[in-house]
Amino acid sequence: MMDRLSNAQIAWRAAQDIENEAYVNLGIGFPEMVAKFQPPGRQAIFHTENGILNFGEAPTPGEEDWDLINAGKKAVTLRPGAAFFNHAESFAMVRGGHLDVAILGAYEVAENGDLANWSTGPKGVPAVGGAMDLVHGARRVAVITDHVTKDGKPKLVKRCSLPLTGVGCVTRVYTSLAVIDIEQGRFVLREKLPGLSVDDLQAVTGAELVLPETIGDLVTPEL
Amino acid sequence: MDKTVPDLAAAVAGIEDGMVLMIGGFGGSGAPIELIHALIDRFRATGSPGNLTVVNNNAGNGRIGIAAMIDAGMVAKMVCSFPRSADPRAFTEKYLKGEIGLELVPQGTLAERIRAGGAGIPAFYTPTSYGTDLAAGKPVAEFDGRMYVQERWLKADVALLKAELADRQGNLTYRKAGRNFSPLMAAAATLTIVQATKVVEPGEIDPEQVITPGLFVDRIVEVAEARQEEALMRQGAAYQ
Repeated sequence: MMDRLSNAQIAWRAAQDIENEAYVNLGIGFPEMVAKFQPPGRQAIFHTENGILNFGEAPTPGEEDWDLINAGKKAVTLRPGAAFFNHAESFAMVRGGHLDVAILGAYEVAENGDLANWSTGPKGVPAVGGAMDLVHGARRVAVITDHVTKDGKPKLVKRCSLPLTGVGCVTRVYTSLAVIDIEQGRFVLREKLPGLSVDDLQAVTGAELVLPETIGDLVTPEL
Repeated sequence: MDKTVPDLAAAVAGIEDGMVLMIGGFGGSGAPIELIHALIDRFRATGSPGNLTVVNNNAGNGRIGIAAMIDAGMVAKMVCSFPRSADPRAFTEKYLKGEIGLELVPQGTLAERIRAGGAGIPAFYTPTSYGTDLAAGKPVAEFDGRMYVQERWLKADVALLKAELADRQGNLTYRKAGRNFSPLMAAAATLTIVQATKVVEPGEIDPEQVITPGLFVDRIVEVAEARQEEALMRQGAAYQ
């Protein structure tokens, strides 16, 4: 079994690239964890699709106000400078390119930047939420994900096989093994776990990795 | 001018079989539970209105609100972005048996279609869903080198909304993030019905604080002790 980062460590790494006072949307579930790992001295302004800018942490249990929730329907609090707005305005912020960063989860990411993260096929009840809007909104659309599926198949692929969320939209992928940029339809390896060879990483990646001269070490704290 | 009506039954009068209803709220935030339950009461007493199309971001949670409408058999189709919730049984069971329809719409597209409906814009182009299954069959066009999908407006016969303050002319404020889709729906429906936590006289809401101008509102009923859907859910409430 290859060493790999925990979800918290992947989230930590993604958080290091978020600038102070950036406007950021974190997808529901795993991406929400990124908010916890902002470096000291940096405070992003978080957007939630249902109509809040600059929300903060969850309230203490018992203090919830259920008119004050995030897109995942979890109770949140407000930070100084928060604002409410309606859904059309909220998605104008998204589609209009006013967010600096969106961070989403993925079932598959393709080397051409296509993302599949909303449907695993025709079974059950389909649900999309704001994912298809978010991938066309932010100036940077980043994905955080395990490098492979639970049964060991690559999640970074040549072309997505699952229903697409968006076409050519992802710019950077933070995985349990590496940090990879998508440039001109190729996966460009920026960082990898120090103990991991390029060959071993390539073996669990479904499309060719482009190797720049410098490849950084992907090092995170124990989390 | 006085758009207030005396009670919830009067507020939901005249809603007929087969109508399209927009219902405000995102999950429980801003959900007009009392108006929905008044409509369920009428359905139980008279068998009408049924065969409804309901537009909401979600498709109900637990055994109250929209979920209770679905349980009661009033809803033929949901138009929503995310028909899942903590307890989505009501919709899921009927959907998997083929007893309820679903038009799945990306959330921002849903909001913009409603906005367009209220603004008299029959169609618009959005990058959202381009190249995906949800754009199947829709016209596409290139603008400035990028591809976009044409989406049509969405209008309704009736909107059921929850406001915080309403004056008698229909000017509205909302509580915290509870406004979400409601200001858009108020404009997109022919008949806009509002439950307000407090009804005040014209002039008592500072014009700078009005979120939905009264022109978009037709009926107002005061529900002073309005319940919150999520709080009811957590108490295990069921409207059966």
